[in-house]
Amino acid sequence: MRRLTSVACLLALAALALLSGCGEPQFSDAEKKTIASLALNTLPSLKPDTTNQYADVPAAAALGSTLFFDAGMSRHGTVSCSTCHKIDRQFQDDLPQAVGVGHTNRRTMPLAGVARNPWYFWDGRRDSLWAQALTPLENPLEQAGNRAAFAHYIKKRFGERYERIFGPLPDLSSVPANASPLGSDAEKAVWNAMPASQQDDVNRVYANIGKAIAAFERSIEPGQTRFDRFAIDLATGAKPEGDAAFSPEEVLGLKLFIGKANCVTCHNGARFTDNAFHNTGVPPVDGLPPDRGRVDAVALVEADPFNCLGKFRDGDESACRELRFMVKDGPQIMRAYKTPSLRGAADRPPYMHAGQFSTLDEVVAHYSKAPPSVEGVSEVHPLDLSDRERAALVAFLKTLSD
Amino acid sequence: MASIWRYILAGLGLAALLVGIVAVVYLTLPHSASGPDLSRSKKTANGLFVASFEPERGVIRQGELQSWLLTLKTAAGAPVEGAAITVSGGMPQHNHGLPTSPQATDYLGEGRYRIDGVKFTMSGWWQLHFGISAAAGSDSVVFNIVL
Repeated sequence: MRRLTSVACLLALAALALLSGCGEPQFSDAEKKTIASLALNTLPSLKPDTTNQYADVPAAAALGSTLFFDAGMSRHGTVSCSTCHKIDRQFQDDLPQAVGVGHTNRRTMPLAGVARNPWYFWDGRRDSLWAQALTPLENPLEQAGNRAAFAHYIKKRFGERYERIFGPLPDLSSVPANASPLGSDAEKAVWNAMPASQQDDVNRVYANIGKAIAAFERSIEPGQTRFDRFAIDLATGAKPEGDAAFSPEEVLGLKLFIGKANCVTCHNGARFTDNAFHNTGVPPVDGLPPDRGRVDAVALVEADPFNCLGKFRDGDESACRELRFMVKDGPQIMRAYKTPSLRGAADRPPYMHAGQFSTLDEVVAHYSKAPPSVEGVSEVHPLDLSDRERAALVAFLKTLSD
Repeated sequence: MASIWRYILAGLGLAALLVGIVAVVYLTLPHSASGPDLSRSKKTANGLFVASFEPERGVIRQGELQSWLLTLKTAAGAPVEGAAITVSGGMPQHNHGLPTSPQATDYLGEGRYRIDGVKFTMSGWWQLHFGISAAAGSDSVVFNIVL
């Protein structure tokens, strides 16, 4: 009798132990696959940029780095690329909107992995890193220079270095001191009075400035984080140790990120971005000029003489498929902005294209509530996350910075 | 003797509990729902053509611009030449269109058309709609692609 009791009890205990052992594993196979796809070790090696034959020339990168940090590359000698892209701040400036010579209407983007983008700026109004680098140089609110002045400056300060990379500088002796098709009315008038061959000479030097800066920026890549160490251990079946181990809150945040909260829909791949444009209902900022995002950038990138289809591209036209097959109209590009990478995001508030949100809590609250867009249609839908779930998402996002 | 029955009854009770738990776990497991039709070859909507749609290099890579091949045959199996093809599409569950504007860029012979500029930026259910006009008439076809 006693024996029977013991056997029954043992059986019951064994069944319970078995059940608890079979309890839900930390991550399903599908979740593990998604997590692995986000880890930095899946980032492919940087592809050559055939539109910039100097992209991987060390001397070009060295000159580009000099130019990047040189405040001489501006109208009054006060602003360089590094004024907003600060080297010790993930190459951004912590401000809601960038401040160069004047106050701009957009948040400075960080530069880790920048050479991997198909589109540049929040709205994709440039299609290559070298074409991007030229744009702030002449923007009156950023470096406020003009291309004729830059050509003269390069000859005077860096002529020898330039010629060793790009070959002989053109004869600039009759080129006016200040001229640009994008400058002040006076500068435009001077530019329009220049012979086409002279405009071409200046544009060529100007394009090469962009190509040198791009060669430097290609070296700026994202670094490994706690999340990557955790993901590698998860993929290999090793038990995450030390800082690679996630707290229960971070695990919940990761599960939400790749699950219920749908973050991974757009923030995918090892850079946590799909490199595409989306309207997510982010509100405009009072006092800034109207901003419709991608819909207004299409004409700008098409008109840019330094775009992939222009004559300053190196290599052949097969590199221009992003531009060739871009979406040019339709409701989905109204107030659409580029998905930013989330690597390092926790350390660089404020957030969104004009610094609308000052904390990650506000960002997550925005996506949980998903308000409609002031113009166009937001692609996101309310999530109604609990306080605990929102905090968990923020905790997970911080693992992309440590 | 009565007590033996009591133990047997307890044992049966435990077994029933186990069965119940297993049933609950089974019922809450995700089931493979019958998703969209994923065939890569099908008749067009009005049956004018048979269309096949395959990635040109065999594999789909998320986030990369890729070229695909649309092969058009008549119902009798003859290649369709000189077709005018329009491409649209999107993600039905996200209510948005394609991130690029793919186009029929080349005719490769034997009814094969290169559709270049296809990019799938996220995982999930995508649809590509083709409008096809040729000598036999106009028709359309939709292919579902799930990443």
